[in-house]
Amino acid sequence: MAALAKITSVSGKGVHVPGSDIDTDRIIPARFMKCVTFDDLGQYLFYDVRFDGNDEKRDHPLNDPKFSEASILISGVNFGCGSSREHAPQAIYRYGFRGLIAQSYAEIFFGNCATLGIPCAVATAEGIETLSAAVAADPTTEITIDVEACEVRFGDQKIPVTIVDTARDAFLSAQWDPIGELVDGTPEIDATASKLSYMAG
Amino acid sequence: MIQPRSLFEKVWDSHSVRTLSNGQTQLLIGTHLIHEVTSPQAFGMLRDLDLKVKFPNRTFATVDHIVPTTAHVEPFSDPLAQEMINALRDNCKEFDVKFFDIGSGTQGVVHVVGPEQGITQPGTTIACGDSHTATHGAFGAIAFGIGTTQIRDVLATQTMAMTKLKVRRINVDGELPPGVYAKDVALHIIKLLGAKGGIGYAYEYGGSLFDNFSMEERMTVCNMSIEGGARCGYVNPDQTTYEYLKGRPYSPEGEAWDTAVAEWDAIASDEGCEYGDVVKIDAADIAPSVTWGISPDHGIFVTENIPDPAAAKDEDTRISIEEALEYMKLPAGAPIAGTKVDVCFIGSCTNGRLSDFREAAKFLKGHTVASTVKAIAVPGSEIVNHLCEQEGIAQVFRDAGFEWREAGCSMCLAMNPDKLEGEQLCASSSNRNFKGRQGSPTGRTVLMSPVMVAAAAVTGVVSDAREVFGMAEKAA
Repeated sequence: MAALAKITSVSGKGVHVPGSDIDTDRIIPARFMKCVTFDDLGQYLFYDVRFDGNDEKRDHPLNDPKFSEASILISGVNFGCGSSREHAPQAIYRYGFRGLIAQSYAEIFFGNCATLGIPCAVATAEGIETLSAAVAADPTTEITIDVEACEVRFGDQKIPVTIVDTARDAFLSAQWDPIGELVDGTPEIDATASKLSYMAG
Repeated sequence: MIQPRSLFEKVWDSHSVRTLSNGQTQLLIGTHLIHEVTSPQAFGMLRDLDLKVKFPNRTFATVDHIVPTTAHVEPFSDPLAQEMINALRDNCKEFDVKFFDIGSGTQGVVHVVGPEQGITQPGTTIACGDSHTATHGAFGAIAFGIGTTQIRDVLATQTMAMTKLKVRRINVDGELPPGVYAKDVALHIIKLLGAKGGIGYAYEYGGSLFDNFSMEERMTVCNMSIEGGARCGYVNPDQTTYEYLKGRPYSPEGEAWDTAVAEWDAIASDEGCEYGDVVKIDAADIAPSVTWGISPDHGIFVTENIPDPAAAKDEDTRISIEEALEYMKLPAGAPIAGTKVDVCFIGSCTNGRLSDFREAAKFLKGHTVASTVKAIAVPGSEIVNHLCEQEGIAQVFRDAGFEWREAGCSMCLAMNPDKLEGEQLCASSSNRNFKGRQGSPTGRTVLMSPVMVAAAAVTGVVSDAREVFGMAEKAA
């Protein structure tokens, strides 16, 4: 298996989706979970707030051509609350986002993102305001989430951010997806299984 | 001297592979159950990583969430549903996984199939991409619901990264009054401890009530552990467990059976083991229960009134009652009995087993479903369906005016065509009363036991089954 890459930073253009308590149902409505791959989920990201009942575009930052190249999502408090559905971070990733900057995240959502290699940086309200103002003024602003230095840089500015220690360590040590470490335990797995009579049957 | 341990600790210890770098345990999952909704992406990830299923003989699949229940005939009217069953079939074939397919006589809701095949056994660890996996704890298994990336982990390595839980012992002693069932016990526990009360815990259910419960009753209570916030719930294995398992297709046979029973006896919690918490409940205090709101802990006895936000103990509770009543369109402070019902649903992994239909049929016989009610009975598996036909139970339901359906999850979560419409209110034997859960964004769910659903079907309103069916007199 290919080794995971260290994630020391992610860079790209940003888009600000304002609001608090943006839940997983809003991120990906339940009806789009009838699927056999996560591949097509990107187009349904925020579907019910991006499109009306006739699939016509509503006024939403993701529908604004100025932000069509964005790969850093900026939002508010308690982002990703609600269900544990992995479809939510999958939709975000497959839409093209590679990093998130918000004031806080729901716990399960944060864990799901970490496993997918999406750094979720926590900024203050003032930090989000400064960053979103810069993005609004110039959508081509290049933003860097520096996981190692715990800061977000854009233009000639920077704001301090926090990234939960366990996740930060996992990104920097290339252990953010547990599969590699789990597979590495194969001899121990086999030894444990061999001691359980029902595993032999 | 060896420290006394709970079943949870013993199973955890025997299945711990090693400690991972982040401090979590790499836990061996002895039995992996999969279904069509959460597994296809996991198989995709497996292919992307060029990995195989490590223990195909410990992986079992069935199809339940998306199957239509009017008839198990393909192609399904919903092409997406057809694509999902096709994908599961292909994945099982490619990776050599046993598939309990529709028409095989063994398909059903994954949490009904595992036990009835004898796949669910004491002292094992079980995982499935479905939060109601806790059901299997009824056999003294430690059973977790997991996410899709964890399904990939279990497929590829038969292990997953997990943090150890504390154990809360819930003792229920005494006997249930007539007309009170395992479902009422589950709803009562959730009401007492809250929908988030079990976070961080495994629930160990015990006491004389559980000792005397059948396996199917134990499954109903374990099933709803997750509605109380507990990741898993279990009952220590005993003679009732062994009698249920003996002779089932995947149960050990001959000498292996005797060895297994000795191991299962030893896996039960030791006397004097320490629990993180102990709760005591008197079975005699429990009455037929129903939910009035939008969270499974919004429960009351059918004889009680809907809560009044004005009488709430604090501001948060008041806001939550108001939100629930606004959604449910129920009057504050009024009796819940008499609430008009549009749809009645008996089925699901909570209450879709033979004993559920048998008990409801016992009282339903000779009664007729109210003309204002659409009533459906959905067996939990093809085997349950077959047995209900054989015993004449299905016919009792049909004679009363129920639609008798094919096996599946159906209206519990409405990923198939069985959905509420508009603001319909459903008396349901399922497990969740969340907003929009039964397929209509404004549909309303009132959870209750199968016998209570039968009573509501007959009267057209939420009713005390003891009165409708004259149960108290019969028992006296």
